[in-house]
Amino acid sequence: MAKTGITKTIGQHFDDLRQTRVWRSIFRSGAGSSTLKRALAIQQNVFLHLFSTKVRTRMLSFSATWYLGTLTLGTFLILVATGIPLMFYYHPSVPQAYADTKDLQFVVSSGLFLRNLHRWSAHAMVFLVFAHMFKVFYRGAYRTPREFNWVIGVVLLLITLLLSYTGYLLPWDQLAYWAITVGSNIASAVPFVGDKIHFLLLGGNAVNANALLRFYVLHCMILPLTAMIFVAIHFWRIRKDGGLYAHSSEPAVVQAQAAEVQIPTPRRGGETRVIPADAKEAQ
Amino acid sequence: MADDTRKTDDVTRREFFTKLGLGSLSIAAVGTAAFSYQYLEPNVLYEPSPVVNEGKPDRYPLDSVTLDVNSGIYIIHSQEGYFSLSAVCTHLGCLTAWKPELGIIACPCHGSKFAVSEQGKVKPGDKIEGPAPRPLPWKRIWLNDDGDLLVDRSTDVPPLAPDSFVRV
Repeated sequence: MAKTGITKTIGQHFDDLRQTRVWRSIFRSGAGSSTLKRALAIQQNVFLHLFSTKVRTRMLSFSATWYLGTLTLGTFLILVATGIPLMFYYHPSVPQAYADTKDLQFVVSSGLFLRNLHRWSAHAMVFLVFAHMFKVFYRGAYRTPREFNWVIGVVLLLITLLLSYTGYLLPWDQLAYWAITVGSNIASAVPFVGDKIHFLLLGGNAVNANALLRFYVLHCMILPLTAMIFVAIHFWRIRKDGGLYAHSSEPAVVQAQAAEVQIPTPRRGGETRVIPADAKEAQ
Repeated sequence: MADDTRKTDDVTRREFFTKLGLGSLSIAAVGTAAFSYQYLEPNVLYEPSPVVNEGKPDRYPLDSVTLDVNSGIYIIHSQEGYFSLSAVCTHLGCLTAWKPELGIIACPCHGSKFAVSEQGKVKPGDKIEGPAPRPLPWKRIWLNDDGDLLVDRSTDVPPLAPDSFVRV
């Protein structure tokens, strides 16, 4: 028996670790690979409990979703992880903001890397959000009972675009200044309240120190927190609406399978047609 | 006995206090919304003064168009006198530029073009082409006691009106 202690594999050591009192105090479900234990591991984890405890294996393949939603979350996490260190060197004031941006680019160690990673992830996130939307649309995954999650997704799209827009001003260079001048003037085209929105957004009549500070607070606090809340609802609704959308397990399809009738994949705009079993026999 | 005599539309003590409480909370919520809105609207702005000093008139030769980049206005010395046009495009707020070779003002952002001289129906400031919805506004211009040209960027004046010119 003494010998087995030495020849234990890493896996066995890990299993031992999972039996310790400390581990059990942190992870309530405990070790074990039974269906129940595996379900509990998901259900009792504060981060994972938003997700389904079971997923169809087929839905985890690349072709089902192209992982676009997950990749979008990935870019968001990169943006948070790179954005917070950038805040350590950036003062949202005129003209310090421009000098700080240049310092990040040329003076601060790894500043260039963090800033570029933030920038490219931001571009990637906007692209992925749109790609995710198109994939969901063309698979028909927005239909009942998932309509509300589609609406949540539209809100997340808007938040993403606003994050992109507010972040654009922060370098305080000519590109940023004129982009925000043009963008905020578009807001003043809203009937009746346009000029008011323009004034509130900029905290003044022109793109100025107040506007920079407002965009900074929106970019670093208000919009990311709003995004996190809506992302949580978005994920939770996936579970509540019956997991990731799989055409073959839709009620209409299951019904048709029970009647041994093949129904075509839905075309654009069309309802899934269920052909009753006796109709087939008649043919 | 009291219960028997109570009419059906009477309000019980509990209902009364519930309504009082909810009513107070509603008023407080509306008040909070109003105060939050006011808080977001700055009362004092540290923006540059709308009145700018553009120096002595003899800095501007006859038939010249001069852009003050920092103030966003043109000083134009025409046969009729000195007048001032806003240099901020009425489309989306970009700074326009004077094109001497074409004799027009052009916006670099979306290609709006504006006239600087009177030609038939076209007045200085009018749009010649492009997406701009309105002409470039004329700004109030006058001479101060030191003989300097002053322009009030916050006050529009009617184009070609006698008071919209300064004659030296």
